[in-house]
Amino acid sequence: MYHKTSGYKAFSIFNYILLAVICVSCVIPLLHILAVSLSASSPANANLVKLWPIGFNFDAYAKTLNNDNFHNALFVGLKRTALGTLVGMTLMILAGYALSKDGQIFKSRSYYTWFFLFTMLFSGGIVPSYMLIRNLDLMNTIWALVLPGAINVFNMVLLMNFFRAVPKELEEASLIDGAGQFRTLWSVFLPISMPALATISLFTMVTHWNSWFDGLLYITDYRKYPLSTFLQTIIVQQDFNKINPDVNELKHISQRTVKSAQIFIGTLPILLVYPFLQRYFVKGIILGAVKE
Amino acid sequence: MESALNKPLQQGTKQTRKKEKRARELFSRTWPLHLMLLPAAIVTLIFAYVPMSGLIMAFQDFKPYDGMFHSKLVGLKHFQFMFDYPDSKQVIWNTLIISGLKIVFGLVVPFSFAILLNEVRKIFFKRVVQTLVYLPHFISWVILGAILTDMLGSKGIVNQLLNSLGIQSVFWLGEGNWFRFTVVVSDIWQNFGFNTIVFLAALSGVNPSLYEAAEVDGATRWKQTLHITIPSMIPIAVVVGTLSLGNILNGGFDQIFNLYNALVYDKGDIIDTFVYRTAILNGQFSFGTAVGLFKSLIGLVMIVFSYRMAYKYAGYRIF
Repeated sequence: MYHKTSGYKAFSIFNYILLAVICVSCVIPLLHILAVSLSASSPANANLVKLWPIGFNFDAYAKTLNNDNFHNALFVGLKRTALGTLVGMTLMILAGYALSKDGQIFKSRSYYTWFFLFTMLFSGGIVPSYMLIRNLDLMNTIWALVLPGAINVFNMVLLMNFFRAVPKELEEASLIDGAGQFRTLWSVFLPISMPALATISLFTMVTHWNSWFDGLLYITDYRKYPLSTFLQTIIVQQDFNKINPDVNELKHISQRTVKSAQIFIGTLPILLVYPFLQRYFVKGIILGAVKE
Repeated sequence: MESALNKPLQQGTKQTRKKEKRARELFSRTWPLHLMLLPAAIVTLIFAYVPMSGLIMAFQDFKPYDGMFHSKLVGLKHFQFMFDYPDSKQVIWNTLIISGLKIVFGLVVPFSFAILLNEVRKIFFKRVVQTLVYLPHFISWVILGAILTDMLGSKGIVNQLLNSLGIQSVFWLGEGNWFRFTVVVSDIWQNFGFNTIVFLAALSGVNPSLYEAAEVDGATRWKQTLHITIPSMIPIAVVVGTLSLGNILNGGFDQIFNLYNALVYDKGDIIDTFVYRTAILNGQFSFGTAVGLFKSLIGLVMIVFSYRMAYKYAGYRIF
């Protein structure tokens, strides 16, 4: 019985402590930012705040939420997330369902598969993509943020594997009862794969919410920036030229507490969906990765 | 006479009719599938394949005014320039160093972490650990970059801690070698938890009777780890390792772009950030495309090579 030896006991204690320290290291950055955002301005600027707010107040959040530019960016961010998830999921569900069919019946399946998979292996890179968006006149539109990333081949393959796991009998019964493929997908496959759809939707939402580079590339009008791009410009690059704030606003947004509040609001949606996400993704990844 | 002539003809039409009917049946079964694939195929065609044709710019002196069809062809000029130009050589070198370190430690850390987590018997503790370590993976580099810049600044919380221990402040993001260190460590920190999942999955598949048998034979836990736990994770480690070779020229654009500054361009600039600055910001579209194409091609070769390796040594196939 190894776990009764004193050597293993010593290891075990060390192990628990080490793991606890690692866990703490994963959340400390967020806690620190939260503490700063809830502190009074002067202790925050003097770098006195560690993990607990000093001079607790919600000023920074009030200032952030009263800022029109922030409002705009938040709205665009939510809009692109909602629209992007809707469009992406629709396309990926339809394609994933078709690809889940047996190659014996659906002869062209392997052509389609390679057509999609090849885009995972090779891409034109950012310059041609940028030129394309310019030539299509999609610059400064929400579609430039939604369409190029709509098909995530990895997620589509996960969906395909989920649909494959649905018992063949259900599909046959539905087809024999006279339902077409669309009807079968809608009334049989979708209800049965709800957990999978929830997982992939959450993944897609997180990706869209976190995407910032496409905004920087395809959007030149700062009023159309999604929140991630807005935060990237204001906080990371500290490039205020694009946004032209008035003096009063500039005073606010360069405050450390306000910056931290903005960062925290930017993370909040992720933290809110994370418990749901976490419940599914481990199962999802492993199930989706299993091949026949 | 008439009937003899007609017979084979009729048969022929019958056969073709039969074929037609079968084809129609097959088609009636699959046309909805084609229709379902159509939107995704169109979007992929436009946003993934059309840009590939834009790679022709790498062989031109592209001027936005002339467009892709009227710009002058210059052959391999930009590629030659890339290999002659000291900056781009340095950038390729930086990318290799940073991504090489990320690949090695990105494999070793989750591997070790899975072993340590496997020794935890308290299910609740294990769940809490897993929940917390997966979290950073889902936070974007805009947020993490902003937080790290704040924490690692000269008066940030990390340097305060070092000062209180009597150690001098470190320019984590302002000095080339420390920048590389910070980039690699923060990347591992963000992803090690998530990357542990596959190893934990491998461990959950180990037959418990192996451990019981080892126990009966008097093996210590260390011996069990050495001879059961680690070997059971080796195949998946080989797969993860070889597949990550495809990323050898991906230094992690999102991360570097949100952490770097002009002070560390010499050691921290990677191919993707370099392409963005030269092409999009400075308007050298053709040169940027050429560097990007070089990167994509090497990536493609590495992926094909590593898939072969993964299949050969671990019997693993993705497609």
